[in-house]
Amino acid sequence: MTISVADVEHVARLARLELSDEEKNLFAGQMGAILGYVEKLKELNTEGILPTSHAVPMENAFREDAVSPSIGIEKALANAPDRVESFYRVPKVIE
Amino acid sequence: MELFDLSIRELHSKLKSKEVSSVEATGAMLARIESVEPQIGSFITVTPGQAMADAEAADKRIASGEMDLLTGIPLALKDIFLTEGIRTTCGSRILSNFVPPYSATAYEKLKEQGVVLLGKLNQDEFAMGSSNESSAFGMVRNPWDTTRIPGGSSGGSASAVAARQATATLGTDTGGSIRQPASHCGCVGLKPTYGRVSRYGVIAYASSLDQVGPLTRDVTDCAIMLGALAGHDPKDSTSVNTPVPDYAAALTGDVKGLRIGLPKEYFIEGLDPDVQTAMSQAIETYRRMGAEFVDISLPHTDYAVATYYLIATAEASSNLARYDGVRFGHRAEEAANLLDMYVKSRSQGFGVEVKRRIMIGTYALSSGYYDAYYVKAQKVRTLIMRDFIRAFEGVDVILTPVAPTPAFKIGEKVNDPLQMYLSDIFTIPVNLAGTCALSVPAGFSADGLPIGLQLIGKPFGEETILRAAHAFEQATEWHTRKAVI
Repeated sequence: MTISVADVEHVARLARLELSDEEKNLFAGQMGAILGYVEKLKELNTEGILPTSHAVPMENAFREDAVSPSIGIEKALANAPDRVESFYRVPKVIE
Repeated sequence: MELFDLSIRELHSKLKSKEVSSVEATGAMLARIESVEPQIGSFITVTPGQAMADAEAADKRIASGEMDLLTGIPLALKDIFLTEGIRTTCGSRILSNFVPPYSATAYEKLKEQGVVLLGKLNQDEFAMGSSNESSAFGMVRNPWDTTRIPGGSSGGSASAVAARQATATLGTDTGGSIRQPASHCGCVGLKPTYGRVSRYGVIAYASSLDQVGPLTRDVTDCAIMLGALAGHDPKDSTSVNTPVPDYAAALTGDVKGLRIGLPKEYFIEGLDPDVQTAMSQAIETYRRMGAEFVDISLPHTDYAVATYYLIATAEASSNLARYDGVRFGHRAEEAANLLDMYVKSRSQGFGVEVKRRIMIGTYALSSGYYDAYYVKAQKVRTLIMRDFIRAFEGVDVILTPVAPTPAFKIGEKVNDPLQMYLSDIFTIPVNLAGTCALSVPAGFSADGLPIGLQLIGKPFGEETILRAAHAFEQATEWHTRKAVI
């Protein structure tokens, strides 16, 4: 399977990644090989087979709607790269 | 026998009889870490202050007579488990400054028993790898041969047990990341059934596959650790609310009449001859103990790696979207705007293997390809699960190799990701099926490298595989050999 540098650039945009030219060429080849390998799944007839999203069948996991302690603002913001008062600060969103 | 050589069970009895204190055992372990760490590289962070404080608290608890099996035992955790106040990196540059505000339930449960935390163990970045070569904090070397990889992604968790830098460790297993390094380093490693152990506070890779488990010196220790970890957690909606059996009580040594399945798809050409020999000898050992063998088929085995690398990468691309430089982790400086900040933070923070998997996963989920790749893989996953359900109608346990070869050389597969992925061919189907499996030492290659035997159980059948592995351990001496380091 062939993956072009343009394909790589498109996927990188979706994934919010910026790749060097070297990485783009590397990934084009490697993604082509890996996606070529997974083509083998097409050998199998899966008509009427339901997809599995979780291995253990589960009902909805409900809990009591009760108030319990949370970690609080200071702890929640302790790892913030940039903060103002009780907020995360980020670069300007709207020009 | 040095204090760092002891198993959990052995150290527990010495602590209980007051023959040694936890402070002494912990001090011996910290000295051991310091002396062998330059050759191995098991740890990302060693926590001597925390360890000695934990040991002192444990000694007080022992003196008061309120002792659990793990009280005062020096352990270490893969750096994927959140530890409040202690840096947790997941092997990634993007989390190189992350200090969690809370701890994983698995660690909380160990703390309730009064364990000693020695530190945080090296791993492949975000648990993506089979060789521990993708860590942003340097490679780990196999204690049996330091020119070879320890396996991955829980490479540090296995090397620390093998090099006796911790009495036992915790790892995680998404496609073999506990069992494969356990096999390569000659320790016992268990991947419990999906839902058996809480994943709250464990950094997510592929959420429908990830599971927490122990790496230990022997099967008895493995049973002790699983007993401490297992159980329902209201904070993890995927943890299952079924009773936790007494795993240690299951170790009866009796496998008479146990029906063991041998899947023909796992005993293939291309299997390393030393691995083949170890498997044949193991089968002979079980036969002598009265187990019965049944030839079985898991017909979709050959499709498991392809299925895994679509499902795992798709889930990873979604899970790792949270690393955007806003709330925690690395933030790029000099971003022109918010989008630029996301892109630069992620591109600077992630290593090449993580980027590669995010790219494949994003591709598989992208418009026009979703049904052809992601949904198709989920359907094949159903077929793989059915293989196991059918096989377990006629057998109690399935026996296979853990890996097709012993530990490979550092650098050998690093430029060929597909070959690296194929080294997980025997462990991946278990994660897709969601069931439990373990690796137990079963021999050595001509070069002196450990070879592990995989025992696969029914969902929530941990007692049966632990019993079978323990009986094997009683009949063999592989687990008693120690890496010379």
